[in-house]
Amino acid sequence: MIATPLTGYLLVAALIFAIGLAGALTRRNAILVLIGIELMLNAANLNLIAFWRYGPHPEMLTGMMFAIFSIAVAAAEAAVGLGLVISIYRHVKTTDLDQMNEMKG
Amino acid sequence: MGVVFYLISALAVGGALATVLLKNLVHCALALTVSFLGIAFLFLRLDAEFVGFAQILVYVGAVAILVVFAILLTRAAELPKVGVFSKTWIVGLAIAAAVFAVLAWAVLRAGPWLPNETAAPQVTVNQIGQALMGRYVLPLEIVAALLTAALLGAVIVAMHEKVRTK
Repeated sequence: MIATPLTGYLLVAALIFAIGLAGALTRRNAILVLIGIELMLNAANLNLIAFWRYGPHPEMLTGMMFAIFSIAVAAAEAAVGLGLVISIYRHVKTTDLDQMNEMKG
Repeated sequence: MGVVFYLISALAVGGALATVLLKNLVHCALALTVSFLGIAFLFLRLDAEFVGFAQILVYVGAVAILVVFAILLTRAAELPKVGVFSKTWIVGLAIAAAVFAVLAWAVLRAGPWLPNETAAPQVTVNQIGQALMGRYVLPLEIVAALLTAALLGAVIVAMHEKVRTK
């Protein structure tokens, strides 16, 4: 069924992306939503690396560079996101997203 | 496709599933670390050694610790009485399933046209450094500025609010 190695990697990445999306959309806790976003970013990186590996010009390093920069940006995003969650927790004393239903602090 | 690929994929996907499904958030963070490790192994198997080790350093090392800190600081490890899933979880699950169905359909449809097994690219860290300092030097500098800004921003956002002096 799986014809090429690239197909296998792309399917695994799609599965991890879908799991991350499901986590981000169904969980109540804001931290779990951030974790779901991290999983989605990782799945995207896996796609980039897989296409780099099986692409026609791997010596150009384009896909790999994209993945490296993506990892750096995702790390920054995780730090700021978790900082925001902690800050919100101080204000409303909860991380339950269903209870955060007003914009006023 | 070797047995190793299936084992590593099972590690990554199983870790991701456990992350999303487990109730206790500390267990979720541990499962997340396992999933990141599986993805790092997939990178290593794709002959991207540098990215694989960067993944271990950044995700397994730093992001997982950050997540654990956030969980403990917000006391999210205590189980909520109302359940861990949102009221509208069935909609989210349907959206995720639809996204996976479309992606898998596209990948399987494109399967015969995708490139087959090629020779492993010989990429040294030297070459990566040359590329980072040559062709990609502007993005590198922007990422440096971004990381500095994110570091300061995260500290300022999460800092205790000072009592206003009158």
